[in-house]
Amino acid sequence: MTNSPMKNDLVCLTLAEAKVGLHQKKFSAVELTKAYLQAMEQHRSLNAYILETPELALESAKKSDERLAKGEGRELEGIPLAIKDLFCTEGIQTTAGSHILEGFKPAYESTVSANLKNAGAVCLGKTNMDEFAMGSANITSYYGNVINPWKRADGKDLTPGGSSGGSASAVARGLAVAATGTDTGGSIRQPAAFSGIVGVKPTYGRCSRWGVVAFASSLDQAGPMTRDVRDAALMLEVMAGYDPKDSTSAPVDVPSFEMAMTQGVKGLRVGIPKEYRLEGMHEDLVALWERGTQWLKEAGAEIVDISLPHTKYSLPTYYVLAPAEASSNLARYDGVRYGLRVPGKTLDELYENTRSDGFGVEVQRRILIGTYVLSAGYYDAYYLKAQRVRKLIAQDFEVAFQKVDVILTPTTPTAAFALDEKPTDPVVMYLNDVLTVPANLAGLPAISIPAGLSKEGLPLGLQLIGPAFDENVLFRAGRVLEENASFKPILER
Amino acid sequence: MSLDQETVKRIATLARLKLDAERMGSMQHALNSILHFVEQLNEVDTSHVEEMVGGNRAIMPFRPDQVTDGNCVDKILGNAPEVTCNMFVVPKVVE
Repeated sequence: MTNSPMKNDLVCLTLAEAKVGLHQKKFSAVELTKAYLQAMEQHRSLNAYILETPELALESAKKSDERLAKGEGRELEGIPLAIKDLFCTEGIQTTAGSHILEGFKPAYESTVSANLKNAGAVCLGKTNMDEFAMGSANITSYYGNVINPWKRADGKDLTPGGSSGGSASAVARGLAVAATGTDTGGSIRQPAAFSGIVGVKPTYGRCSRWGVVAFASSLDQAGPMTRDVRDAALMLEVMAGYDPKDSTSAPVDVPSFEMAMTQGVKGLRVGIPKEYRLEGMHEDLVALWERGTQWLKEAGAEIVDISLPHTKYSLPTYYVLAPAEASSNLARYDGVRYGLRVPGKTLDELYENTRSDGFGVEVQRRILIGTYVLSAGYYDAYYLKAQRVRKLIAQDFEVAFQKVDVILTPTTPTAAFALDEKPTDPVVMYLNDVLTVPANLAGLPAISIPAGLSKEGLPLGLQLIGPAFDENVLFRAGRVLEENASFKPILER
Repeated sequence: MSLDQETVKRIATLARLKLDAERMGSMQHALNSILHFVEQLNEVDTSHVEEMVGGNRAIMPFRPDQVTDGNCVDKILGNAPEVTCNMFVVPKVVE
């Protein structure tokens, strides 16, 4: 543990530090959990949680203490975590941020949350999110906006980003040691960047999607949101792994990401894609990107200019494919088997009443777009076309990774914006994800590292994108960026 | 191309969503704005490109055709809005 006086506060400890403290009996899992429950209560105005589960948390912390006393502590024994409300949790309300699932208590546990619980983690509750993970500002949740713990000088409430905004806000403010997120087009990395924390979108297939409420199945991937790179490595090791219940789960071994993290970047070839230098990118981000490049170079990496020529088509591709998959996945919410039911005289009327009341505007927009691009006569022009362009985008990365080992870019084009500055045009809102979407389309792993502040004093993130199933390279380069940035989280300010 | 109100209505019916007159205008505008945005894809020559369906693997894995689950009626019905005799209840569909 460090000498910082703030570190006396239990909620300021990283996952790795908390683990050491628990094993050395400096504090108990119950004490640690209570500290978090208290912080959660204190900061309810952030609206980070949709559901807090204090009794269950204390019960499970008590069991962790018994195990720790016997020296039988598992990987994450007694570590209080938050679970994004997109993960089904057995017997605990899971809403996906939607009215249509209000009160839904799954009869089963998602594989990822089960992995965490089986490793001894204590679940503090379910975090707020954009409805069905559709959004980049956490303003589409039926359960209200989430507030970013960071503030500008004008004091306005800022977005924590989205869709995993509740998880981001909770981890940044010390309302959970770490949290799960999901990332379909940037929903882990963008909120991580806006909130000054680390977020990893693993390779598609690395973490099981079983029991995660589906948005766009060919893009969705679960990942950790943590205070630092080491915590992300530790948590991903537990979350990841082959799961026969998910046909897209990859039967590949999970290496020790924590070991990889310490290997440095000497000799590593780092690609800088020219197409990511967007028109209108904030100068703070341009400067940060240059600083990040310099840090890696000084640590022994070789910097290589690369081109990903189809980058500009990533967003339009995404906004055909993701709504298409969503319209199909969300067809199951019909008011018959679970969730909200709004009565109607006929079965069709029941469907329509339920879905029109149960889904918010953004979700309905995407269902309609998806239905249109999949409808007879338009399927080839939109859906198949987008799948072909997706292939070209993936090929760009394949070519690039023959020349480089990892790619460095900013995570977002701007810092967090105020909730009352949200764009009214959906397309302008979609531009938030312009730097994160390509990795989802190509199925590649990527990480966001808090690397500096904007002139207004808000966190900015750098993104690293790696080849498929090479998360190791993200942790190696990510650790070097983290060491150089010496970013001071909001908890220590 | 732009979607007229008739088309938006037809899609809404396909998606089992109700769009009243009040919401129709703004929804039509938003959908057209998104479609206009995605039409950039037409600039790309994809005549010799195969579609990419999923993440990383093209082949679906097989598993033995065995029953691994079942006998959980209570769990299945546990969240249903209306249940009678172990069945979901819906409005009458056959006259």
